[in-house]
Amino acid sequence: MVHPLDPGVALRILRDMIRIRAVEEAIADRYAEQKMRCPTHLSIGQEGPAAAVGAVLGRQDLAVSGHRAHAHYLAKGGDLPAMIAEIYGKATGCSRGNGGSMHLVDEAVGFMGSTAIVGGTVPVGVGLALSLSVARRPGLVCIFIGDAVLETGVFYEAAGFAAVRKLPVLFVCENNLYSVYSSLEVRQPAGRALAEVAGALGLQASSGDGNDPRAAYGLLKSAADRVRNGAGPQFVELATYRWREHCGPLFDNDLGYRTEAEYLAWKARDPIPRLTEELRSEGTLDPAWLATTQAEIQAEIESAFAFADVSPFPDQALAYADVSSWEITPFP
Amino acid sequence: MGDHAIPLMTFAQAVRDALEVALEQDPAVIVYGLGTPDPKGVFGTTLGLQEQFGADRVFDMPTAENAMTGVGIGAALGGLRPVLTHQRLDFALLSLDQIINNAAKWRFMFGGRRAVPLTIRMILGRGWGQGPTHSQNLQALFAHIPGLCVVSPATPADAKGLLLTAIFGEDPVIFLEHRWLHGAKGETPAGDHRIPIGKAHLLRQGGDVTVVASSILSLEALQAVDHVAAQGAACDLIDLRTIRPLDWDAIETSVRKTGRLLVLDPGHETGGVAGEIIARVTSRCWESLRGPPRRLAMPDAPESTSPALTQGYHVRAEHIAAAIGDLLGRPLESASLSRRDHPHDVPGNDFQGPF
Ligand SMILES: Cc1ncc(C[n+]2csc(CCOP(=O)(O)OP(=O)(O)O)c2C)c(N)n1
Ligand SMILES: [Mg+2]
Repeated sequence: MVHPLDPGVALRILRDMIRIRAVEEAIADRYAEQKMRCPTHLSIGQEGPAAAVGAVLGRQDLAVSGHRAHAHYLAKGGDLPAMIAEIYGKATGCSRGNGGSMHLVDEAVGFMGSTAIVGGTVPVGVGLALSLSVARRPGLVCIFIGDAVLETGVFYEAAGFAAVRKLPVLFVCENNLYSVYSSLEVRQPAGRALAEVAGALGLQASSGDGNDPRAAYGLLKSAADRVRNGAGPQFVELATYRWREHCGPLFDNDLGYRTEAEYLAWKARDPIPRLTEELRSEGTLDPAWLATTQAEIQAEIESAFAFADVSPFPDQALAYADVSSWEITPFP
Repeated sequence: MGDHAIPLMTFAQAVRDALEVALEQDPAVIVYGLGTPDPKGVFGTTLGLQEQFGADRVFDMPTAENAMTGVGIGAALGGLRPVLTHQRLDFALLSLDQIINNAAKWRFMFGGRRAVPLTIRMILGRGWGQGPTHSQNLQALFAHIPGLCVVSPATPADAKGLLLTAIFGEDPVIFLEHRWLHGAKGETPAGDHRIPIGKAHLLRQGGDVTVVASSILSLEALQAVDHVAAQGAACDLIDLRTIRPLDWDAIETSVRKTGRLLVLDPGHETGGVAGEIIARVTSRCWESLRGPPRRLAMPDAPESTSPALTQGYHVRAEHIAAAIGDLLGRPLESASLSRRDHPHDVPGNDFQGPF
């Protein structure tokens, strides 16, 4: 069932996509300055799923993610200056500089953490859902995963438990066809449909085009509604594509692991102009709104980078302060 | 050396060379892991091997570290000699069950009937914000397990020689490869060059202090030991090459001569390999010791992503030189060793991220 999209929701999704793209491009443009000294995975090209999820989740809902999490964090309402400062390794970063790009957190908005080990937060998300269910609190947990997560054992183990306990979990799988430079063909059997695998595990599953933000929103909204109505864990697979290199600011089609033609075909399916055009032709989009929005976003980004740049580095004296409360002797 | 010149290779090329020699020599050798045949070829260590030896023997895998380790064990029991590579040690942690409960114990739990000739390469990350889960050297964790052999070479020649010995050995080997060594060059014998497991290498000789090191710390120690030699402090520098089994003979013989011991440990201090060495030396060489042994290790804290917090985190040549001075009870100049032409969190100026 396709949801008729409320114009306010559509504009929100468009704004989020534009904002995520602009943030990621600002990171890419500045990466060569060597002030962001950590592995950084950008989401340029795959803003559709994140923005659509952002419009589906409420403030009481929680989310976890993996290595490529900037878009998820921002769509969930995560603090932008704290994210940029984190990538800069500054004390004002969301993880006080200890985690970098791959360890984002903003519990105030329900973004409970992203980590760098593939599949690592899947059971954590299920555990968060258990906590909601035991305490009979409203809300659901969105677990962002990539296509490679369906290769990890922990996904099957965690999904099984979520299904047994009918936990309020929404798995959102961004299938961008690759894990680093390895295509699906060398990792998973030919013709496998990820959603069918999820279905066989007891997750109610659907799949669609992540670069069609309205369709994605429709699938996600229906799935989230089912979770909220007590139907148990849901799985939504969204097809999308990463434009830049797996890790870092550049393009890497020259390496030969994927073709330029494939990249161009996906680039032509850019979710941002697509939704922009749809809204324009429906008369929902005021050109002045677009211009103001872009200007607001640019100003916000400039100020986030300025904040990160002038923020202090963490104090060496506190370098080992956050290891464990059990440690009674100070570290050397 | 004329016709017999020993080829100069980087550490990464030496690893690749060992894999090529092994694949060529024995059809039972297979090489696999995430990204093994991809265009970057695991930092160049597996480049071209799939083209050369075919996709049956050199292949990529799903992101399924635990299962693919068990698959390696089964393949080894079936007669193959698998080499599994992890781009970071941290990813191999998902396979601790198969490594510890199966690979390490198969020989023992079936009465010594069968062993598992499986080599698991684990690359150790560092710097450029690798952070808490992309930079761990957990050598002590693996060295704690009876049934595992842990190898941690410092030079290209050792990398090649030890890898070939591991591949053609009988039992499982954890092969620890420091990412910052990949670009280091050294003379590396061509062909089937092997180095015995469990034999340390005396890199420098001297009667004043015994310095025990491994992996990248052997290179830091080399700088420090040469620097203090010019100031009249002569050290034995022992490059362990193998963490388990340890070459106790080499360590004890040296300590009996020098009476002073400095152990360098690239892992966390508490529960580390340096502690094990010091405990053993203290109980076996007590009369020879002229003072308390010392260790330099990683702090008991994860590595931060922030470059500000990795400044003093790793043991460097200047720390080693200063510690040698402490052991000798006289100050040695060490500060000049800390002058480098590149930031502290990269191996050199040519490294600009992102991985
Ligand atoms: C357990 C583990 N194995 C390997 C890696 C290395 N690695 C980092 S990102 C990545 C790709 C994951 O692919 P996918 O889940 O499809 O996400 P994408 O990068 O495509 O967004 C891999 C294999 C890791 N971080 N953790
Ligand atoms: Mg992917």
